[in-house]
Amino acid sequence: MAGVAPTAPAPGARSAARAAAPFLPRSLSLRGILLQGLLLVLVVWLGWWLAGNAERNMAARGLSFGFGFLDRSAGIPIGESLIPYTPADTYARALTVGFLNTLRVAIAGIMLCTVFGVALGLARLSSNPLLRALTGGYIEVIRNTPLVLQLVFWHALILQMPSVRQALNPLPGVYLSQRGMKIPGLLAEPALYAMLAALLAGAVGWWLLLRRERARQAATGQRRATLLPGLGLVAGLPVLAVLAYGAPRIQWPELAGFNFEGGLALSPEFFALLVGLVVYTSAFVAEIVRSGIQAVHKGQSEAAQALGLTSGQRMRLVILPQALRVIIPPMTSQFLNLTKNSSLAVVIGYPDLVSISNTAINQTGQAIEVISIFMAVYLALSLVTSLLMNIYNRAVALKER
Amino acid sequence: MSESLAPAVPGSAARALGFARACFTGPLNIVITLGCLALLVWMVPPMFRWAVLDATWTGTAAQCREAGGACWAFVREKFWFSIFGLYPYEERWRPATMNVILVVMVLASCQRRLWNRWLVLAWLVTAPSMLVLMAGGVLGLPAVSTRQWGGLTITGIIAVYGLALGYPLSILLALGRRSELPLVRWFSTAVIECVRGVPLITLLFMAAIMMPLFMPEGVTLDRLARVLVAYTIFTAAYMAEVVRGGLQAMPRGQYEAAEALGLSYWKKMRLVILPQALAITIPSQVNTFIGLFKDTTLVVVIGVFDFFTTLRAALGDPNWLGFPTEAYLFAAAVYFVLCFAMSRYSQRLETTFRPGQR
Repeated sequence: MAGVAPTAPAPGARSAARAAAPFLPRSLSLRGILLQGLLLVLVVWLGWWLAGNAERNMAARGLSFGFGFLDRSAGIPIGESLIPYTPADTYARALTVGFLNTLRVAIAGIMLCTVFGVALGLARLSSNPLLRALTGGYIEVIRNTPLVLQLVFWHALILQMPSVRQALNPLPGVYLSQRGMKIPGLLAEPALYAMLAALLAGAVGWWLLLRRERARQAATGQRRATLLPGLGLVAGLPVLAVLAYGAPRIQWPELAGFNFEGGLALSPEFFALLVGLVVYTSAFVAEIVRSGIQAVHKGQSEAAQALGLTSGQRMRLVILPQALRVIIPPMTSQFLNLTKNSSLAVVIGYPDLVSISNTAINQTGQAIEVISIFMAVYLALSLVTSLLMNIYNRAVALKER
Repeated sequence: MSESLAPAVPGSAARALGFARACFTGPLNIVITLGCLALLVWMVPPMFRWAVLDATWTGTAAQCREAGGACWAFVREKFWFSIFGLYPYEERWRPATMNVILVVMVLASCQRRLWNRWLVLAWLVTAPSMLVLMAGGVLGLPAVSTRQWGGLTITGIIAVYGLALGYPLSILLALGRRSELPLVRWFSTAVIECVRGVPLITLLFMAAIMMPLFMPEGVTLDRLARVLVAYTIFTAAYMAEVVRGGLQAMPRGQYEAAEALGLSYWKKMRLVILPQALAITIPSQVNTFIGLFKDTTLVVVIGVFDFFTTLRAALGDPNWLGFPTEAYLFAAAVYFVLCFAMSRYSQRLETTFRPGQR
């Protein structure tokens, strides 16, 4: 089994030693203790030496170690923020703004790249050779060029877009100009919240219904359709919400003077970063999806066909559950890569955590503190993402009796 | 002759027919095919027109703007700059020689029959001499500060030296992570996970901004050297996980057989386990290296002029304003050719190393 350390067959003496100190298995040998002692001494000495140097260097520059600067006014102008922010706010708040901006682009990127990646991966497996060849070429080109280059390219592209007055209008309500992208927004009022809550309740209701019906099928063998009642829940509850609170109103972007008013605005930097990350990562996701589906043995598909399942059922009930097991672990690392790659925002000037930290370092000189803050944040993000994905992975993993 | 050629024609005709049939069976398929064709018709002719028909291959920026197409004259003008960067003009033979040696060594290292101790020895000799050649200051060569190094040369230096220094480190880390000594295991795991958990650019920031604070007073490490340290640690952590995969894939019998022969830990690893574990992971090592190679572009954030950054700097030439697309396409093409060649190489190795085919 991969993942299990080969434990040496333990003769009597050693197993006795192990029983006495399970904490230190083989290290009870003299050489083991010496080696570890040496490592410990080395690490401690290195830490001591570095800390001493840092203290002297900071003293020489008139700095002192500490996080007190976080409460000082930052004076950093930030173009976009999810929470109210003015340059007079503290460094702590500025860094929070950067962190939220990182989260915003990472979450949007992860969702979009999953959708596009799966679509690309399925296109790569299409029975149509032309589509297969086109997707294959596209994926190879995207995968084999650096992300920095692609980000700069997208940024240059959006800056070359027409001015606001001649904005491109590819879809009704969607405007592309050098100021970024404008899309219709929903007005935040009770009607919207009621609608969202109703949709959520409908989805949860459908899921509970599915669970109950599956349990019933397992117990009695009877099968009832859940599609109509499920759709009824998902569609019916929002209708009730509309009757109670009125329909949520859409705010369309409109040209007023030199800029658009209303609707949601995506800045050129956010737009370029999001497009770059999604395009780049979805090419990797596509390859993962393709190899995951190809990893399912052909006999599985044939057996499902022999049982008389339709092609949709084959995919949903037989192929995908098995493919997911292969797909999830590499997918996790792609999501983590996307989150980490979002730090490249600094290249095109999107105010993410790293680029705000960079400004903070230049202003305060507290390099060690700021760098340890953002490293800790990325480490925590990585750990949380892999934790969530591990839980999901355990849910879809092969359950052997 | 005609006999041997004869079957080829019906064969390719049959293949073309098969292709066409696969494109046009079923209504959905026809819709997809027509959609793809429409996309091609919409995109290819204008691109071809821009990149070839209306393109300017030699001449000045004014001629480029007049023709309206792609300005390949700009790429031509800046080609050597993108390779050598700001390295003094009359000394350019030095990075040129270095690049030739580097390419020869890398190509030689790709040949499986040359994988022996002589290759390692050759690297041990050439690696420092290439740096001496670049830096100068001895043997009558004028000294050239690393601030003047740039272009594709520096991309190659960071990638190759990062790998050469990081690879042995990665083996140590992988062995450490699988060690039975808890302190060694914890230390290696902590290093690997911490480095893999943060973006490369935070490590580069650390190297650029934080590392000078940790040096004793009066000691300053060259900026390129600091970048190399960060990149080496990054390479080591990522490669270590690949190597660990190989170590875990070794059947237990191999470990036990080596122990039964009475081999010590290091002999067991050096003679039995590592040769096999490294061999089966070579394709993933190459794939990891492709990612690491693309990541060399990140040195832009601390102002090291690698290939891409040098090209971007060339965009600021007042005589050649306004041709970013050409520059980016050229850079993309260079990276694509290098990475694609590596991935093909890794696929070829994969078929040679596939278990059961050895």
